[in-house]
Amino acid sequence: MALIGASTNGRPLAARPSELVRFATAGSVDDGKSTLIGRLLYDTKSIFEDQLEHVERTSLQRGDGYVNLALLTDGLRAEREQGITIDVAYRYFETPRRKFIIADTPGHPQYTRNMVTGASTADLALILVDARNGVAEQTRRHAFIASLLRIPHLVLCVNKMDLVDFDQEMFERICADFSGWAARLEVTDVTFIPISALHGDNVVERSERMAWYDGPSLLYHLEHVHVASDRNLVDARFPVQWVVRPMSDEHHDYRGYTGQVASGVFRVGDDVVVLPSGLETRVAGIETYDGPVEEAFPPLSVTLLLEDDLDVSRGDMICRPHNRPIEAREVEAMVCWMSGRPLQPAGRYRIKHTTRTALAKADELRYRIDVNTLHRHEDASGLSLNEIGRLRLRLSSPLFLDEYRRNRTTGSFILIDESTNDTVGAGMVL
Amino acid sequence: MSVAVRPRMLRGAKMTYEIEHLRALESEAIHVIREVAAELERGVILFSGGKDSAVVLHLARKAFWPGALPFPVLHVDTGHNFPEVLAYRDRMVGAAGARLIVASVQESIDRGRVVEEGGPRSSRNRLQSVTLLDAIEEHDFKAAFGGARRDEERARAKERILSFRDDFGQWDPKRQRPELWNLYNGFIKPGEHVRVFPLSNWTELDVWRYVSRERIPLPSIYFAHEREVFRRDGMLYATSDFIELLDGEEPFTESVRFRTVGDMSCTGAVRSTATTLEQVVAEIAATRITERGETRADDRISEAAMEDRKKEGYF
Repeated sequence: MALIGASTNGRPLAARPSELVRFATAGSVDDGKSTLIGRLLYDTKSIFEDQLEHVERTSLQRGDGYVNLALLTDGLRAEREQGITIDVAYRYFETPRRKFIIADTPGHPQYTRNMVTGASTADLALILVDARNGVAEQTRRHAFIASLLRIPHLVLCVNKMDLVDFDQEMFERICADFSGWAARLEVTDVTFIPISALHGDNVVERSERMAWYDGPSLLYHLEHVHVASDRNLVDARFPVQWVVRPMSDEHHDYRGYTGQVASGVFRVGDDVVVLPSGLETRVAGIETYDGPVEEAFPPLSVTLLLEDDLDVSRGDMICRPHNRPIEAREVEAMVCWMSGRPLQPAGRYRIKHTTRTALAKADELRYRIDVNTLHRHEDASGLSLNEIGRLRLRLSSPLFLDEYRRNRTTGSFILIDESTNDTVGAGMVL
Repeated sequence: MSVAVRPRMLRGAKMTYEIEHLRALESEAIHVIREVAAELERGVILFSGGKDSAVVLHLARKAFWPGALPFPVLHVDTGHNFPEVLAYRDRMVGAAGARLIVASVQESIDRGRVVEEGGPRSSRNRLQSVTLLDAIEEHDFKAAFGGARRDEERARAKERILSFRDDFGQWDPKRQRPELWNLYNGFIKPGEHVRVFPLSNWTELDVWRYVSRERIPLPSIYFAHEREVFRRDGMLYATSDFIELLDGEEPFTESVRFRTVGDMSCTGAVRSTATTLEQVVAEIAATRITERGETRADDRISEAAMEDRKKEGYF
């Protein structure tokens, strides 16, 4: 059985505050990704006895010959029967410091769209390589996607160190190789950790078998990596989601603008401007069901009250008069195509950005990017499922955009097929 | 307002805006509820009287406060309820100022829409799907909010926050829409509807901590009480008019609480002495068995019991 080692992490009780951290994992079954996730869940006591029994029973029925932890993450029957992962699976575990959401995505090229989906909300990307094989094509692809989606922290786990005799040189060669690739990407924070997911080396506890390694264990790193300042707390952006007008006796003249703060900080008394009208006013109050607050910041869902009675509706954007998003009729973006129906030249799509939906026409495909080599194919005529390209879109009505690199919330959008209603594209504003 | 979100001063004048994970989950859920309300007509909250649906109702009240809840509440009544839960349902829906719609499995049986299972192990669990889909069609609901969580079960781990159902109410796991950032695509065609799961990223322990922090009332069966039970397949069930005892099954009295609220005929109890929220949270934090594995006979039928029921239109 693969699970050895004891846990040092209990689960916290009621009121202990802890931070929420989301990370995406990428790698194939062969890299030991499922084993690593299984170990993180097991060592943090997040796998329950009946789940483990179920996995043991199923492994036996399938004749796997070992406790196949991949069965923990393969949820659907088709996946179990075919031994593949077809979708993003979300897993949860926690330590006394933090609660983690894992977006577990399959590694094959045909699942680029799933990795993009999992990466879109991640604070950290965990990429696995097999120490015996080193940096592979898919390692480069995963790193590129992580950088494209601007995941602030990247962890490269060099796994199966036990199979290379915990060799320091081997580890350092892989790190150097990866660093060379990462230099071509916009990656700011990379951490390298040599591990053995099967035996638990450097997963939860520092391994005694790699005395030459003086960095943290994976779990220690996940618990301590600084994520609070990854949010944009500079550019105040509040997309209006829903207008509350109770018109009851008690709240006769109440007009509250609800939404989730996209970025920046709003304080009572702040001068603000409402787009697209351009009318200026001040924040009269910030309310929640639990009472008024002095300020609001991402990702809080709150209600803003304004001093003047303006005409504000869903889809409007509240920001500061001297720090506004771009009011765009055209947008240049990197788009990942997510549908079996390819991007049509001059095709028309719905575009959803924050709480605003418009129509978009694909004006020009500048290039398609090869996710394995970064080569730009400027002669590309379309985008098929799992392909990524730079696109110029023309919009039916203005959207209030920021560059994705500066703002992951006001710099992102989805494209929706008008006839099937499917989500067909994921866009990042350049 | 909770102290947890109050900004802290950190070395000099630099502010950090830390946010505690329950507050982050709450904000995400409220965002989802408001998005769906804004983009889809005729929403409805599915309310079973269980802790998860109680949290969804609480979050929906928060989302539109001080405005009224823009949705009615639907209870799919199997007829095999814990009596405490019905009284609780009426109290909670009243307090929310919402309209209650009851869709009855008994009526579906009487109208010949479904056939009651026979035998001592029969349950109305599966029949609920037909009653639910009939109610959704009758009222033409476009969005039905439920309290399902991804940590509950393996099929659920792969389900989207907005989960599309076709004309037949079916879930197709291979045709799910990708969900990126906090952007939800609520466009549907006539006849289709969406199930919405704002608690997707919550765990059972998160729900209990939140119930405890927000002081959300729960039905009394969630707390330890003396009850007449019997043992079947390693689980404890309450004796009631809805279950026939098999040979050798002897009722006895035990101090128990329930971890989930479902049909009396398939919801098991756990031995417990936890009578307060804090004690229940402590027990849940220490438990080594999932709530469905411990207390739900309906998931034990086959390897893919939940997946199959979801495809048929189950919650």
